[in-house]
Amino acid sequence: MLEVRDLAAAYGDLAALSGATLTVGGGEIVALVGPNGAGKSTLLKCISGLLRPRSGAISSQGRDLLALHPHEIVEQGLALVPEGRRLFGQMTVEENLALGAFSARARAEQRSSLDRVYQLFPVLEERRRQLSRTLSGGQQQMVAIGRALMTAPRLLMLDEPSLGLAPRVVASIFETLGAINRSGVSVLLVEQNVRAALRLARRAYVLEGGRVVGEGRARDLLDDAHVRRAYLGPLAAQ
Amino acid sequence: MSVLAQQLLLGVLIGGLYGLAAAGLSLVFGVLRVLNVAHGDLIMLGGYGAFWLFALLGLDPFLSLLLVVPAALAAGALLYWGLFASVVRFHDETRIKNSLLVSFGLALAVHALAVRLWTADERSITTSYGGEVLTVAGLAVPRVRLLSLLVAFGLIACVHLLLTRWRWGRAIRATAEDWQAALLVGIDVRKAYLLAFAIGTALAGAAGSLVSVGYSISPSIGLEWTLKALIVVVLAGLGSMVGTFVGGILLGLAEAVSAAAFGGPYREVVGLVIILVVLVARPQGLFGRS
Repeated sequence: MLEVRDLAAAYGDLAALSGATLTVGGGEIVALVGPNGAGKSTLLKCISGLLRPRSGAISSQGRDLLALHPHEIVEQGLALVPEGRRLFGQMTVEENLALGAFSARARAEQRSSLDRVYQLFPVLEERRRQLSRTLSGGQQQMVAIGRALMTAPRLLMLDEPSLGLAPRVVASIFETLGAINRSGVSVLLVEQNVRAALRLARRAYVLEGGRVVGEGRARDLLDDAHVRRAYLGPLAAQ
Repeated sequence: MSVLAQQLLLGVLIGGLYGLAAAGLSLVFGVLRVLNVAHGDLIMLGGYGAFWLFALLGLDPFLSLLLVVPAALAAGALLYWGLFASVVRFHDETRIKNSLLVSFGLALAVHALAVRLWTADERSITTSYGGEVLTVAGLAVPRVRLLSLLVAFGLIACVHLLLTRWRWGRAIRATAEDWQAALLVGIDVRKAYLLAFAIGTALAGAAGSLVSVGYSISPSIGLEWTLKALIVVVLAGLGSMVGTFVGGILLGLAEAVSAAAFGGPYREVVGLVIILVVLVARPQGLFGRS
């Protein structure tokens, strides 16, 4: 579904990624965890075309993504839910979701996509005429995920969806991500909430300082000593 | 008292054209974040387009809008490709600076071209019905200027509908809000930029045509109209076509009041005072969102 090889990226002189390699298979949920500044967001930005990497390769189902413009990458079926949601605040929930189905491929499935989004997030149907900037953080996150789902993705990428949200809301959203995955959409989840991410995912990578320092089954990483010490807090060591 | 009322009425009539002129600039600046100081010169070209069609073909200037608007649309697309497509690759500050340089060059070139083609003389289109004046409540309403106001409002309403009902119109609005988010939903932002610039230029061309029939044009009106448009954009804020139109009317009224209170030479000053006051008191403009 997605192959990233030896990706290196920088912001000006600031190196953000120095050789990251990961894969996401069809139908998988893969987590990418690590501390602040590790390069996780940078990696997602490179995949979605918002940032040009210095070197490396990104491909999906045989197509070289680096040769594509960001909107073409969306058409290929890779959708990013960016950090901070980035909704169109002046527009209603409905309008945000409708814009998600902008590409021709997505438009063909617009009706069924919208039904599915409202099924997954019933509160959005209630508030569909509401201006999105007046929604709560959790509801905005639902709109952001919904909007990405409207692009009819094969791979859904999320950048820190739990940021700024209450634990109960986070749990609900992660549950929904599981449901989305079960319906056939691959998921690449970047998270600082390592415990929740590793509980949801099948496989995971650990990114630190721009490099992949660990990978494997999520369950195994939950038991890994370094991961426990660095990310799961003192109580996890017990 | 009725002299003031008359002045206010004339202010409203020209205000509609200020609004139309500003709408184009607002669209370009709001979506592309590019400041086209040649916008007024594009208005001037629109005026000369109508003038040419009238002088050579006898075409009524309101009818020639049907030709001028599509021509301006096409010209806008060409200008975008030729000049601004590379400017928008930069971010924010560089983008603005480069756009100022590029558009200033464009303004100089267009001005020189106009002088060469039409001489520096003032021109105006006088139609057979040009002198007709309606009398409403004791006030004189020049028919041509009233018609211009209505046409201006009609065009603004059309663009408003385009931006809300048309798929690419919504894409333009989304791009204006957050171009990266727009990319992430599959919008080709380059195309949104192109459309916004072309529509903005079309509005400028239309404004120019209307100016040439109700008022007068000359090659040097470019900077003056860019400034008027800019004042209205600052006053009204970004994001609302109708708000921009209202802002134009307000400027027209303010100018009339200023001229009545302080005398003719102070007509233009009020616009600059408005910019200062708005930027200090309510930077997002009357109808913009903070």
